[in-house]
Amino acid sequence: MSLHFIEFELNGRTVEGTCEARRTLLDYLRSDAGCTGPHAGCEHGVCGACTVIVDGKAVRSCLMLAVQANGKAVETVEGLTDNEQNLHPIQKMFREEFALQCGFCTPGFLMTLVALDRTEPRPNAAEMRAALSGHLCRCTGYQGILRVVDRLAEETR
Amino acid sequence: MKAAPFDYLEAGSANEAVHLMAEAGSDGVILAGGQTLMPLLALRMAMPSVLIDINSATDMAGVTANENGFRIGARTRQAEALIDPLVGRHLPMLPKALAHVGHYQTRAQGTVGGSIALGEPAAELPASAVAMGALVELRSRRGTRMVPAREFYIGPYMTVRADDEVLIAVHYPHWHDGTQLIFHEVARRAGDFALVGLVMLLDVRAGRVERAGVAWFGMGPTPIAAVSVERALTGCSLDTLDPRELAQIALTEVEPADDLHASAHYRRTVAARIFARRLGMLAGEMVA
Repeated sequence: MSLHFIEFELNGRTVEGTCEARRTLLDYLRSDAGCTGPHAGCEHGVCGACTVIVDGKAVRSCLMLAVQANGKAVETVEGLTDNEQNLHPIQKMFREEFALQCGFCTPGFLMTLVALDRTEPRPNAAEMRAALSGHLCRCTGYQGILRVVDRLAEETR
Repeated sequence: MKAAPFDYLEAGSANEAVHLMAEAGSDGVILAGGQTLMPLLALRMAMPSVLIDINSATDMAGVTANENGFRIGARTRQAEALIDPLVGRHLPMLPKALAHVGHYQTRAQGTVGGSIALGEPAAELPASAVAMGALVELRSRRGTRMVPAREFYIGPYMTVRADDEVLIAVHYPHWHDGTQLIFHEVARRAGDFALVGLVMLLDVRAGRVERAGVAWFGMGPTPIAAVSVERALTGCSLDTLDPRELAQIALTEVEPADDLHASAHYRRTVAARIFARRLGMLAGEMVA
């Protein structure tokens, strides 16, 4: 079992520490770096609740080792805003469209949509829907979330 | 859901990966995108003692043209291959297959070589490699060898790769530019492994099939090359071929199993129907 020193950027600040090789990025973020926004749902890549942005790409943090984040830039839902009164535009749309209920899956959905939102050219509604197939929500029946997708696609046009 | 302890080593190049694999012996595992390995570790279905991470082996990533076709480095991300201009222009079957591999979030990390090396019998990329007649490049300290994808798979998740060999790249032969492509997958949900999947390439010139490549996935213990129907199709005229008869021939090599998701009978029935329907539609369009 090897131990590793890691240093990476987390929501704009530098994080450094030591981790066991087997520690997932998800566990490191939640237990060591104090970012509990990425949620541990299935912990084997199915549910999407742990989705974070690493070097600009939305990825499952349960399917990445913490040691692999060394030198990279990681963004979690905590990085979208520092102030509840000033939510990220996609967070605002989630609230307005009732796109969340219990909220467990929401950070994952948000990070995927934020990554898509920054993609050039901007994906269309069908492409965004397809990307959201990588997330499970047990409360909403998805309709509110898909209204957010439609609004994002509308904005692009 | 926590992996058993292991050592983690980083390989900065293909040769370093080969060296580390030789040192690790049978207990070493290559970590590429990790989109299958990490769940296996979390579930403790795999408990290797050494992980050799090839993510920073930049010489294992990218698509290049050579005299025989195209070489895709094993570490090339599925998301990168999906939008690669060389792949889009010269290997148009691959984007069709890649769009069905996992999800947006897993394709960002998952690699072409990782999927090929794993050999999941219901996965898209191994079957596409079999249908296209791709070669797998394996390297060890003993040397490099090229294995046809059709001889690479010997059982579920079992390949002829030796413990000390690293899958370096996949070589795809060039198919004629106008080759007709059929990719059809039946799955319960987007991103799931296929219940039944078909990959078919038909090089048609002047209404006649010059060359055919056909493979099934989800239809046996490995991706299945449908060699009988490839032979039957070769030389056929599109306006006279019988899609239903050919669909029966296409099932010659399959060995589908009953499992939780579908019965063998269901798989055979659906396979024959999608084969006949898609081939019939293609022939109809091209003749008209």
